[in-house]
Amino acid sequence: MEDLFNLFHGFAVIFSWYNLWMMAVGLFLGVVVGVLPGLGGPNGVAILLPLTFTMQPTSAIVMLSCIYWGSLFAGAITSVLFNIPGESHSVATTFDGYPLAQQGRAGEALTACFTGSFVGALFSVLLITFLAPLVAKFALKFGPPEFFAVYLLTFCSFIGTGKDTWKTIIALMLGFGLAAIGMDTISGQLRLTFGFTQMLRGVDFLIVVIGLFGVGEILVSMEEGLKFEGKSAKINAKVVWETWKKLPRYWATLLRSCLIGSWMGITPGGATSASFMGYGIAKRFSKNGDKFGTGELEGVLAPETAAHGSGCAALLPMMALGIPGSATAAVLLGGLMIWGLQPGPLLFIEQKEFVWGLIASMYLSNVVGLIMVLSTVPLFAAILRIPFSIIAPVIIVVCAIGAFSVNMAMFNIWVMLVFGVLGYVLKKLDYPLAPMVLAVVLGDRAEIAFRQAMMGSQGSMGVFFSNWLVGPIISLALLMLFWPAISTAWDKLRQTLAR
Amino acid sequence: MEQKQTGGRTHSGLSHNTVEMVTAVVTFLIGVVMMFDSYRIGSGWAVEGPQAGYFPFRIGAITGIVSIVIFLRAFSGKKHNLEKVFVTWEKFKLVLMVLVPTLIYVLVTQVIGIYVASTLFIGAFMKTMEKTSWLKTVLVSVGVSAVLFWMFEIQFLVPLPKGPLESLFGY
Repeated sequence: MEDLFNLFHGFAVIFSWYNLWMMAVGLFLGVVVGVLPGLGGPNGVAILLPLTFTMQPTSAIVMLSCIYWGSLFAGAITSVLFNIPGESHSVATTFDGYPLAQQGRAGEALTACFTGSFVGALFSVLLITFLAPLVAKFALKFGPPEFFAVYLLTFCSFIGTGKDTWKTIIALMLGFGLAAIGMDTISGQLRLTFGFTQMLRGVDFLIVVIGLFGVGEILVSMEEGLKFEGKSAKINAKVVWETWKKLPRYWATLLRSCLIGSWMGITPGGATSASFMGYGIAKRFSKNGDKFGTGELEGVLAPETAAHGSGCAALLPMMALGIPGSATAAVLLGGLMIWGLQPGPLLFIEQKEFVWGLIASMYLSNVVGLIMVLSTVPLFAAILRIPFSIIAPVIIVVCAIGAFSVNMAMFNIWVMLVFGVLGYVLKKLDYPLAPMVLAVVLGDRAEIAFRQAMMGSQGSMGVFFSNWLVGPIISLALLMLFWPAISTAWDKLRQTLAR
Repeated sequence: MEQKQTGGRTHSGLSHNTVEMVTAVVTFLIGVVMMFDSYRIGSGWAVEGPQAGYFPFRIGAITGIVSIVIFLRAFSGKKHNLEKVFVTWEKFKLVLMVLVPTLIYVLVTQVIGIYVASTLFIGAFMKTMEKTSWLKTVLVSVGVSAVLFWMFEIQFLVPLPKGPLESLFGY
C-alpha cells in the first residue's frame, strides 16, 4: 500500500511542464538515435549525459531513460522497413518483419512491434513497481561481502550465458583494467597511469561507450555499404485498429515473451539475447511455427515484446541494488553517480522522489512513446533516407562533442578515437561489448566491495561463505562461471553413454 | 560472412584468423603490462587488506592466460576459418575513408576549434563521397555547426574548443 502511495507521489513529481517536456524531448531523441546507424541506446545516453550535469537528477533521469525507451521502440522501424536492425536487439525482428513489409503489410508489422514493446514494457514496469522495493529492502541487509557476491554473480552470468566464453572473459577483463586506471580510492596510489597526467582521472566510461558504440559502429556500417533501400510504411488509425483486434489471440506468446524479457533484464542477459529467445520460444510453441520467417505477425511480436521487456526490467537491479542489467542501464547508473546519488538499496529510502518519479515516468513515457512512434513512423523512416555522407560525419561530430564535454578535455576525443577503432575490431571479431561496459562502470565498486570485505575479515576468504546469504550467491556465481565447462562435459558424457 | 567471397571476383583481404591472433597478442601484452604495473605498486596483502595492485594484477593474469587460449584456438583453427576474410581491401578502403578524415578532423579541431573543423569535415565528406552540389554542401555543413553552436554555447553554456573565428565574434 505504501508503494502505491509512493507511486502516486511519483506521478505528482512527473506532472510538471518541465518534466513532461524533458520526457518528450528524450523520447524523440531516443527514436532518432535508435533509427540512425551508429547511434544507439548506450551512446545516445552517454553523449547527452554531460548536458544533464547541472539538471535536477529526477528531470535528468526522466530524459535519459526516455532516450532508452525511444531507442527500444525505434529498433523495429529500421528492421521492418529496411531489413537493417537499427539496434542489435532488433535483429530477430527482421526475420518476420521485413517479409511482412515486402508483402505490403509494414503498417501491420510496425503496429505489432510497437504494441508488443509497450506490453513488454508495461509488464516490466509493473514488476519493478512491486518487486524493486522488496529487493531493495532485502538488500539493506547486505554488507561488502554480499555486494561483492552479487557483482560476481552479474559478471559470471555474462560468462555463463555468453556466446563465446573466452571472448566474454577478455571483454570483462579489459573493462576491469580500464576501471582500474587512475587513482586508487582506498590507498591513493596511482595505477596504470604510466606517468601521464591525463590518465590520473582514469578513463571515463562515457568516452569508452561513445567510442565503442558510436565511432566503432560508424566504421562497421561504412563497410556494409551506404545505400538504404526501404519499404514505405502506411500507418493509419484503421491499420492500427485492425492489428490490435488480432493481437489478443497471441496472448500466450505475449505472456511468454514478457516473462523471458523481464527475466533476461533482471539477470543481465540483455535485450539482444532476450529477443532471440523470445523469437525461438514463440516459434517452438506456436501453431504456425513452421511459417516463421515468411512474415508471421507473431514472429515480430515475440522478439519485440521480450526486448523491450528486458530493457525496462534492466532498471530493476539498477535501482534496487546498483547493478545495471544492460549496457544502457550501466550508463544511466554512471549518471546517478555523477548527479551525486549513491546507487544501491538506500536509494529507495533516501531518494524516494527520484526513484518513484522515475518509475512513474516509465508508465507514462511508454504510453506517450507508443502514441508517438505510431503516429510519426514516416518521419523517422525519412531520416534513414538522408545520405550516409551526411549522417556519418554528423554522428562523428556529435560523438566528438559528447566525448569532449565529459570533462572539457581534448584528450577525451583522442581516447574516443582509439576506442572507436578498438570497437570496430572487437565487433568484427565477435567480442561482446556490453560486458565490457558493465565492467568499466562496476569495476571499481566491485573491487572496493571485495577489499572492504577482506578488511572486515582480516584477509580470510571464508567471509564469502560465512552466512546463508553470501554463500549461496557465491556458489551460484561459480556455477554460472563454470556453466560452459559443465554443459560441455555433460554433453560429452551423454555421448559416450549413448555409444 | 561467406557471401562476401562469392560474386566472381577474388576478394582478397586480411584473413579473419590473422586479425584474431594479432588481437590476442595485443590483449596478452595488455595483460602483461597490467601485471607489471600492479606488481610495482604491490599486488599482495598489506596489514589492512589487499594492496592497490592486488585486483589489477589478477585481472592482468587472467587477461594474459585467456589471450593465449584465444591465440591457440585461432592458430589451430579450422580450414573454414582460415579462408574467412576479416575485411576485404575494398571494404577496408571505405573504412579508411572515414577513419583518416576523422583523424585529420580531430587534429584540425585542436587548432581552429570544433565548429569550423566540423563545418569543413561535414562539407568535405559530402563533396567527396556523394558529390553533392556546393549549395547543399554549404547549407548542411554550416547549418549543422550553427545548430550545434546555438545548442552548446548559448543554450547549455558548454564551452567547446573554439578558435580564431569564434574569438572574432567575441566568443
